[in-house]
Amino acid sequence: MNWFRNFLLPPGASTHVGEMDGLFMFITLLTVFFFFFNGALIFYAVRRWRRRSEKEVTPHITHDTRLELVWSLIPLIVVMVIFFWGFRGYVKAWVAPNDSMEIIVTGKKWVWEFEYPDGTRTLNDLHVPVNQPVKLVLTAEDVIHSFYIPEFRLKRDAIPGRYTELWFTATRPGIYQVFCTEYCGRGHSDMLARIFVDTPEQYETFLREGDEQVRKMPLKELGRLVWENKGCATCHSLDGTRGQGPSWKGIWNQRHKGADGKEHLVDADYIRQSILMPQAVVVQGFEPIMPTYQGLLREREILAVIEFIKELQ
Amino acid sequence: MSEGVLHAGAGHAAHHADYLEEPKGLWSWLTTVDHKRIGLMYMWSVLFFFLVGGLFALLIRLELLTPKQTIMDAETYNRVFTLHGAIMTFLVIIPAIPGALGNFALPLLLGAKDVAFPRLNLASLYIYWTGAAMAVATLALGGVDTGWTFYTPYSTTTGGGVSLMVLAAFVLGFSSIFTGVNFIATVHKLRAPGMGWFEMPLFCWGMYATAIIQILATPVLGITLLLIVMERVLGVGIFDPQLGGDPVLFQHFFWFYSHPAVYIMILPAMAVISEVIPTFSKKTIFGYKAIAFSSVAIALLGFLVWAHHMFVAGMSLFAGAIFSFLTFFIAVPSAIKVFNWIATMWRGSISLEAPMLHAISFLLIFTIGGLTGLFLAALSTDVHLHDTYFVVAHFHFVMAGANLIALLAGMHYWWPKMFGRMYNRRLAAIAAGIIFVGFNLTFLPQFVLGSRGMPRRYFNYLPQFQDLHVISTVGSWVLAAGLFLTAAYLLASFRQPKGMPANPWGGRTLEWETTSPPTTHNFEGQPVLQHGPYDYRPEPAPVGVKEMAH
Repeated sequence: MNWFRNFLLPPGASTHVGEMDGLFMFITLLTVFFFFFNGALIFYAVRRWRRRSEKEVTPHITHDTRLELVWSLIPLIVVMVIFFWGFRGYVKAWVAPNDSMEIIVTGKKWVWEFEYPDGTRTLNDLHVPVNQPVKLVLTAEDVIHSFYIPEFRLKRDAIPGRYTELWFTATRPGIYQVFCTEYCGRGHSDMLARIFVDTPEQYETFLREGDEQVRKMPLKELGRLVWENKGCATCHSLDGTRGQGPSWKGIWNQRHKGADGKEHLVDADYIRQSILMPQAVVVQGFEPIMPTYQGLLREREILAVIEFIKELQ
Repeated sequence: MSEGVLHAGAGHAAHHADYLEEPKGLWSWLTTVDHKRIGLMYMWSVLFFFLVGGLFALLIRLELLTPKQTIMDAETYNRVFTLHGAIMTFLVIIPAIPGALGNFALPLLLGAKDVAFPRLNLASLYIYWTGAAMAVATLALGGVDTGWTFYTPYSTTTGGGVSLMVLAAFVLGFSSIFTGVNFIATVHKLRAPGMGWFEMPLFCWGMYATAIIQILATPVLGITLLLIVMERVLGVGIFDPQLGGDPVLFQHFFWFYSHPAVYIMILPAMAVISEVIPTFSKKTIFGYKAIAFSSVAIALLGFLVWAHHMFVAGMSLFAGAIFSFLTFFIAVPSAIKVFNWIATMWRGSISLEAPMLHAISFLLIFTIGGLTGLFLAALSTDVHLHDTYFVVAHFHFVMAGANLIALLAGMHYWWPKMFGRMYNRRLAAIAAGIIFVGFNLTFLPQFVLGSRGMPRRYFNYLPQFQDLHVISTVGSWVLAAGLFLTAAYLLASFRQPKGMPANPWGGRTLEWETTSPPTTHNFEGQPVLQHGPYDYRPEPAPVGVKEMAH
């Protein structure tokens, strides 16, 4: 049956997987069984009692109380088993252990922001240590988003003005995909994040020195990575296509006309200011919707974006 | 073809032209109070919007052929899937069977001249057209990108014609309520003499149960939608937290209507199937009372389960458990019905005409649709599957598959009664097969997409999901081919001469006792019920309708 489960479900990587997969496969087999059971009954009836003459007379059978009781009670028992099975898994996934590490997650159009216990903040990349219970406290800034990690079999809405919770213990180091599953507009399908399940040593290094790739990657490559992963790509294209914000193609050393009517030279300082204080200059014809990245990008990442834009001629 | 049928005598026709012919002229149709004409106008309108909504569906599937942009940009895509959902829900599936088949067949099945309130019936059609026009007019305001669910605070803060679309749904609600009120009064007051509640055809029980939901749940949606307009236009903070509102409150209000609305969609489908299977099995329905009461049970239980759409929306553990528990009870009457229908076929005399083929396809599709509901009713599995393609597949199986295939079953069943003409039955059988294959090819892969983690309402998706999306898109073309073939031979039937006998299928309900098509007042005189609706016993020879002097 394992091949069937592996066909239907992504490989699991949290402590909630066993409970959910067991029930999932149980209902799957039930569905397959009853589909073929009903199908076989119908097929048999059609073969056996296909009309051969208009004069055929059929027996007048109005009901059969015993048979009807059987096919009412069996489904009732089966669904009650499913209810309690599902309830048990839900309760386990509900109450976080007391020693959980708490991370605050904020969803906003169209990025995920993470704040760690020591004050470190990251965007779209969440680092957690393996085998350590982690509690995510979710909220949203604008509209409802939903935080979904298929490999962990977990999902919870992030709601503006409210706090919801989600907890897990990751069981395998690796990188796992996070999707936004509550429709939130144009960038909904690009509102992706990744969970890096680290070994304890990797996690310590991350807190101390930041992402390994941030430290080691050449600036231009890192710039592209920041563009892809930190939400820039949702609004700023690289090929001149107009998005929610101006395209980055060929803007280096050009002049941007601001909404205030003044012209601004696109240089390193301008880019830095646009990242950290995006409302300072808004290019004419665009809405002032960009969120600030203050505290969310490391110095090296800002430099990388500048280098990356330079190259986009 | 069946024996023992009443033919429309030539002498009769001179005095009693059928309802299609007399009175003549467009104006006579637009001002008619004849339930059959209103039913047909509903049917053509619903089919028109089904074509529009279906074309949007094909565009969606085409866009999803590749992981990135294929034929449209993200903002267009969001508008297209919103329109697809809103049109299919409010303009097609909800009114389809009650508005078209219910209006046409309910009074005939009851042996009545018309519905209880014929003018109210016409009003409901005009209100439907008004709401439909408003929904289409949102295109001029830049479309709507909220999804058909209008979740706040997205819907109260985004641009475009949201207010108009919401008002359109509000207006359409009244058309649904008028139909419901009418059907309840008709079933209570206009049954033929001798027809007790348990001699009613099961179609009438299904329509009655549907009507209860229509009149009790629709007002809640109406009020909720007005609250959205108040928030958007007047800035009253009800749902938007920035104004002090609560976005989750909207979900409670919305699903308090929209979950029962799912049963507004499925009960009429079950009602049609309960007519088709006995006729083409030439055998009495198995477990009449169980089917009748399970319709009512589904209608009532349907009101108590709305929050199973919100297991991950930050509801309390206790609320989640209660709603999950109650939801499972709906599975039982649904299972009972399916087993009863199969038992009806058992030892019958089964004729595989197009309506029966669609009914069998309904049974198989509803089995999958119903059972996959268990994954979403169970708490732990729903957490993984909520808002993924698994949900998309599940509700297309029950809403699109079951409902629309039942609509096709009913249209093929009553087509000779409606128009006095027969379609090409061979093509009809082939089309039923193509539709079944196309439907499953489109939606079965979506279950796997969902369980593997593909979220719904995604314009871009990760490349690992592409294979299954390609299969699904190809399936949508097969499905479309089957539906276009159906449209072609149904339209071609109008080139056939009118000449259908009163009872081409050998049915035992009252509509088969009058001419095909019926006269304006349905029956000559008041029919009196002489036997149960599905009584196929040869002895003692039932006399069917005895005409009373008038």
